[in-house]
This record gives sequence, C-alpha cells and structure tokens, in this order.
Amino acid sequence: MKRRGFLAVIGAGFVAGCNKIAESDAGSHLLGAAEKWHQGAHRFLTDREALAPEYPKSAISPYFRGNGSIDPQNGDYPAQAAEGFANWRLEVRGLVENPMSLSLDNIRKLPQRTQVTRHDCVEGWSAIGEWTGPQLSLILDAAKLKPEAKYIVFRCADNLNGQDYYESVDLIDAYHSQTIVAHRLNGEPLPVKNGAPLRMRIERQLGYKHAKYLTAIEAVASLDDIGDGKGGYWEDRSGYQWYAGI
Amino acid sequence: MKRHALSTRIWHWLNLVCVVVLFMSGLTISNAHRRLYWGDWGFAPEQAWLAVPRFPDWMTIPGYYSLAVARDWHILMAWPFALLLLFMWVAMLVNRHFKRDLVTTRAEWKPGAIWHDVVQHLKLNFDHEGGKFNFLQKLAYGLVLGVFLPMMILTGIAISPGMEPTFGWLVDLLGGRQSARSLHFIFAFALFGFFIVHVLLVLLAGPIGQIRDMITGGRHNEA
Repeated sequence: MKRRGFLAVIGAGFVAGCNKIAESDAGSHLLGAAEKWHQGAHRFLTDREALAPEYPKSAISPYFRGNGSIDPQNGDYPAQAAEGFANWRLEVRGLVENPMSLSLDNIRKLPQRTQVTRHDCVEGWSAIGEWTGPQLSLILDAAKLKPEAKYIVFRCADNLNGQDYYESVDLIDAYHSQTIVAHRLNGEPLPVKNGAPLRMRIERQLGYKHAKYLTAIEAVASLDDIGDGKGGYWEDRSGYQWYAGI
Repeated sequence: MKRHALSTRIWHWLNLVCVVVLFMSGLTISNAHRRLYWGDWGFAPEQAWLAVPRFPDWMTIPGYYSLAVARDWHILMAWPFALLLLFMWVAMLVNRHFKRDLVTTRAEWKPGAIWHDVVQHLKLNFDHEGGKFNFLQKLAYGLVLGVFLPMMILTGIAISPGMEPTFGWLVDLLGGRQSARSLHFIFAFALFGFFIVHVLLVLLAGPIGQIRDMITGGRHNEA
C-alpha cells in the first residue's frame, strides 16, 4: 500500500511538473514552437500542390457525421434555411481589388471540382464523402488579392457558445487545388449538419479548419485583430493548433 | 569497459521521459474519441472493433480533459522521441552494441534453448552464460527498438493528414488511416506491457545496482 501511494505521488508530481512547464512562458512558447516545426517539416517534405488522397465512389461512408454546430439557431440562419437558402450571399472582401457578393447561383455556375476525400476530425474519427464546388483559387483570382494579403479568413453564420465561428488558412492552402467552396455532398445539396449551404474543404488539415455555414471570405495581412487573434474559433477558445496538418 | 555505453544511458533516460509524456498525453487523445476502427474511415459504434474505456484523469497529461493541451504535449515530444531513436540506432550500429549484444544466433532460436531461457527466467536466475543478454532479453529489446518504437513513429506519421500527400504509400501499407490509428494504440500498449515487465524484472534483479549502472555505466562483468 505504501509503495502504491509512493507511485501515485510520483505520477501526480510528474503531471503537476508538466503543467507547470506548460503554464510557464518558456514552456508555452516551446509547445507553440513544436506546431511550427511540424508545419515546417510538412511544407518541406510535401510539395505545395501535392494532393490529399482521393477515393473511388465505392469508398464513400454510408452517412457523413456532423460535429460542432449541426443546427445553428442564431441570427437569420433558421429563416434562411426555411427558404432553402434562396437569398444566401457569400461576401468576398478585405484586401482584394474587387470585392464581390456572390449568390449560390453564381457559385454553382463557376467551373466545379468534385472530389471524394477523407475528413479527419481532431477527435480521431474519419469519414469519406464526395464534395463538389468551385476552387477557392478561382474566386480569389476573380477578386484579385492585394500583395499585402497573407491569410484567408472564413466567416461563418453559426454562433457556438456565444462566439461566431471562423477559421483561416495561409495562401498555400487557400490556393491548393483541392481547396473548394463545397455546396454539394454525395451529389446532394449540403445537409444543414454538414454546413449548408456552403462550407470549405481544406483537405490536408483536420476537420475544424473546414469552416461550415460560410458567409464571407476575407483576405487579411494579419490574424491578430480577428477574434482573439489565434486564427480560428477553436484556436481562440481551447488553444487548438492553427496548423492542423497533424 | 562500461556495462552500458554513455549513448545507451543518455538515450534510455531521455527516451523514458519522452515515452511517458507521449503515453499519458496519448491517453487524453484517446479519451476524445473512444473507439477504434480498421480501414480508411470509421466514426460510429457499429464500425468499431474496440470500444476503449475512458482513462481517468490521474493517468493523463494534462491531468484534466483538454484535447488541445494533450496534443500540444504529444506533438512536442514526438520530436525528441523520434530524433533520439534515430540517434540510438546510429550509436548502436557504430559502437557495435547491436551486433555484439542484440543479434540472435540460429542456435538461440531452437525450442529447447528458448525453453531453457524461460525456465531460468521463471526461477529468477539472471546469470547469463557468455553474452550480455540472454535470448529473451535480446528478443524483448530487439522488438522494442526495432519494431514497437519505430512503429509508433510510422503510425503517427500515417495519422497526420498533412503528411499523407507525401506518405500515402505508408498509410496504404498500414491499411488506411483508421488502421494506422488502431496500430498506434496497439503498439503504445505493447510498449506499456514491455515497461511493466521491464520494471518488474529490474526490481527482481536488484533495482539499486541495475539503476546505478544505467546512470554511471557500471562495469562490464558485474551483473
């Protein structure tokens, strides 16, 4: 019994020590730096155009799990959903020469990309689905990014725990050929639980980067003044890694 | 000559810290989605081959449920863990520790010889004739250094969506991302099993001398 008590004290002491390190300035910098090392290693090992795997249609999961917001009730989202998103607009703004406001019809008329890809949630599960929509690069090229634009921010209609959902990526992922503004899943218009009427697909990163209920695409020079400055809803709220390639 | 080379001792203790942090933060990550699947995908109970129990907070880093903090620790310690394993392999090959002490001979694989080793172990007789390690030790250390630890790294790479465009072949080889995640879990617990047996045998073989030698290096023929 004494020995077990001793081991429990060692274990608790070890965890407490780890937490002390994580809470210290140097420790939290180190933990943040590790994310940058992984991003650097990934960027070094992987061509910026290299594709995430695409699957045959036969690999599609029987249904596609929804996570996070699955039925937003805030603002005019319920009313928009009731009218089948007939008046949904996607704003393209920020550091662009030609700000735009696109209807769903405008988006459906752009050249489309269809891809069967795997969605990996940060929690650990995966689902495979077929996504259709225009490449983000087409929209960004039409809007013409200003040279000082460094990040693309995705604004969302859903409000989760009192904060508006948003996400962001760098220009490498924004211009990646599998990065699309999806409006169809498995050949049908997006279901509400999966982000109707528009969501992002950022195929080389985890699920929380794939912003749902998309209302605006914003080009910015820095993420500091958006939300709490960490580049996304979960990054601000819980300290998730901004680079979610691991 | 020292019983344990300096490189072995440095690696042993630093690797212990890495593996303990990785394992305990890994338990928090497991708590985030407590099911394992085979193949490319899986998200619902009916697809799972194993429902994993929830690991209590006292076993985990950070000691309360935070997937974000656990992931921070996990991806930080992955670096020293992987680089140290590479260092250990280079050192083992260069200083001939691998060839001299870990490589098994054909004779050792004979059932009679293996049985003899098992019996000696059960009698708690740890005097090895001749070589530094007996067959069971060679097998255990060989498996840990050659299979379990490298597989943790390979399956970890295969779970990362950002690595997949380059390492897609590895994901396929492991049977898909969810298979890689299951294997990551299985090898983690294989290491945990080794850890328990290893500590137990150190305790039985005289823990003070064993631990002292792994710190100071000890002298060769003094077991």
